[in-house]
Amino acid sequence: MANIVPIVEMKRIEKNFGAVRALRGVDLTLGENEVLGLVGDNAAGKSTLMKVLSGAYIPDGGNIYISGVRAEIDGPQDSRDLGIEMVYQDFMLADNLDVASNVFLGHEIARWKLGFLQILYKSKMEQETRKMLDRLKIEIDSVRLKVKNLSGGQRQAVAIGRATAFDARVVIMDEPTAALSVAAIDKVLDLIKQLKDEGASIIIISHRLEDIFRVADRVMILRHGRKVGEKIIEGDIHAFREDIVAYMIGARDDFPTTEEELLV
Amino acid sequence: MSDQTAVSRNESTASSAGQFLRNLFARQEIGLLLILLVLSAFLTWQTDTFLTSRNLFNNLLFFSWIAIAAFGETMVVITAGIDLSVGSVMAFAGFAAAWILTFAPIAERLTETPLVILAVVGGLFAGVLVGLVNGILITRFRLPPFIATLGTLSIARGITFGVTGGWPIRELPNSFQQIGQLNVSIAIWEVPLPVIIMLGVALLCGLFLGETVSGRHIYAVGGNEEAVRVSGANPKRVKMLVYTLGGFLAGLAGLIMTARLGVAAPDAARGYELDIIAAVVIGGTSLFGGEGTILGTLIGAAILQVLRNGLVLLGFPAYWQPAAVGAVIILAVIFDYWRKERSQ
Repeated sequence: MANIVPIVEMKRIEKNFGAVRALRGVDLTLGENEVLGLVGDNAAGKSTLMKVLSGAYIPDGGNIYISGVRAEIDGPQDSRDLGIEMVYQDFMLADNLDVASNVFLGHEIARWKLGFLQILYKSKMEQETRKMLDRLKIEIDSVRLKVKNLSGGQRQAVAIGRATAFDARVVIMDEPTAALSVAAIDKVLDLIKQLKDEGASIIIISHRLEDIFRVADRVMILRHGRKVGEKIIEGDIHAFREDIVAYMIGARDDFPTTEEELLV
Repeated sequence: MSDQTAVSRNESTASSAGQFLRNLFARQEIGLLLILLVLSAFLTWQTDTFLTSRNLFNNLLFFSWIAIAAFGETMVVITAGIDLSVGSVMAFAGFAAAWILTFAPIAERLTETPLVILAVVGGLFAGVLVGLVNGILITRFRLPPFIATLGTLSIARGITFGVTGGWPIRELPNSFQQIGQLNVSIAIWEVPLPVIIMLGVALLCGLFLGETVSGRHIYAVGGNEEAVRVSGANPKRVKMLVYTLGGFLAGLAGLIMTARLGVAAPDAARGYELDIIAAVVIGGTSLFGGEGTILGTLIGAAILQVLRNGLVLLGFPAYWQPAAVGAVIILAVIFDYWRKERSQ
């Protein structure tokens, strides 16, 4: 922990939905080129915390710092402008479009522009997509394949590739392996390792502790909107699992959380 | 999964000729074109009149305004929306132009040419206006497109009737009527101007949908609106664009129809929304959104017109024709489902 250079720092983030306190002053630190696993039972606040970071929710309290600079995130575009990209659980791809069109959706390269008329530079986007797929060793025969003809693993790979194609500094993945077959899970985990090797900083939300164990450097545990634990990943997977589950279900609660609670 | 083998891993190498042909026939437009050709061949064989240039150009003329409005409808339907107001907008735009030509206070002070230009601009503006209202109702007030455009269908028609008191506007200036009645000599043919306008609009709309960023976003909204939103593009802006363009094209169609008929009747184009939507659907655009082409709609509109013409030429009783047209629409959609299931 000592020599981590933080790229994302979230401090005492609070978010309420009516009377429900979804996040009760959560701190999160993501180091430069670190893979952080984010775990917790249902309704622990994992997705809420990530939606705050990606700009989908506006927090009720707390601050976010990106590379040490205070960030104002008031919407998804702000977050994207800061280099934060999110990969959604249900992929968020347009099935009727081909791979290249999905990768460049919202970032299309124009051959030339005339007001709102922008002519697509299709060949360039197809080449760039091919390069990206090859670099990440994603096996897809053609960038002109419609996404609806891809397997679940290929779709997830396209979704992850898209998030990383535009100089993302931080990639958030919400349950990247939840909808996949065993073989596809291996490929996606390899892809995540590949991204780390290329220097990306990644936060992964997952129910599958073995996936977190295989790819993450550190894990953070949420329970009832509070951070209840944090561990560097090392040693034996069975001990790791027991440890994490104990925190997740509240059998263990020995982690000093916020300053506020330390004072109480 | 046939696509997977059809396009080779290396994008720059062309696929073989056999695969090219297979891809070609997998395309909806080819099947539609075959239906159109078979239908035409049958009518040529059965009647002496079908394959005369006079009959063909009349056919082209009558479906030109349906096709123009259907191009706009195609874009709306690709976003998984629907625009029911198109028929009313055609009448509304034609009426707006006719009103400027005859009753507007400015009409007496202008010479004919500037007045006609003003009337055309005014008619197009009327179409754009209804399209904008549709777009606002759907994006800002979150009305289902079916309800929003059902409302504006009635409102635009009501205004047209209200202002005219139910009477048609006649005696439109000759140069305005020329827009619909002029024939242009191309080689040995006298081609009606509306047909040339229709083909030009088809080309522009096809390029817009297929080659521009906005066009791609139109398909993307039909495929997964949420994906467009999280990608940073704005689905609401895309919807505003398609309904406004739809209004503009329906307005243009209404102007051409009014110029051709030489009279702006308040009940003109009544029920045309069904023909227009039929042309779009026969042309292979999915009502679920995400799929469809301008070329498909063009052929769809042509099939519909040839069918109507054929029924007349074959002496089919006029009152029964809507039933035949309806049956063809249902068959076209069943065929589309069948084709899609086979390709998967």
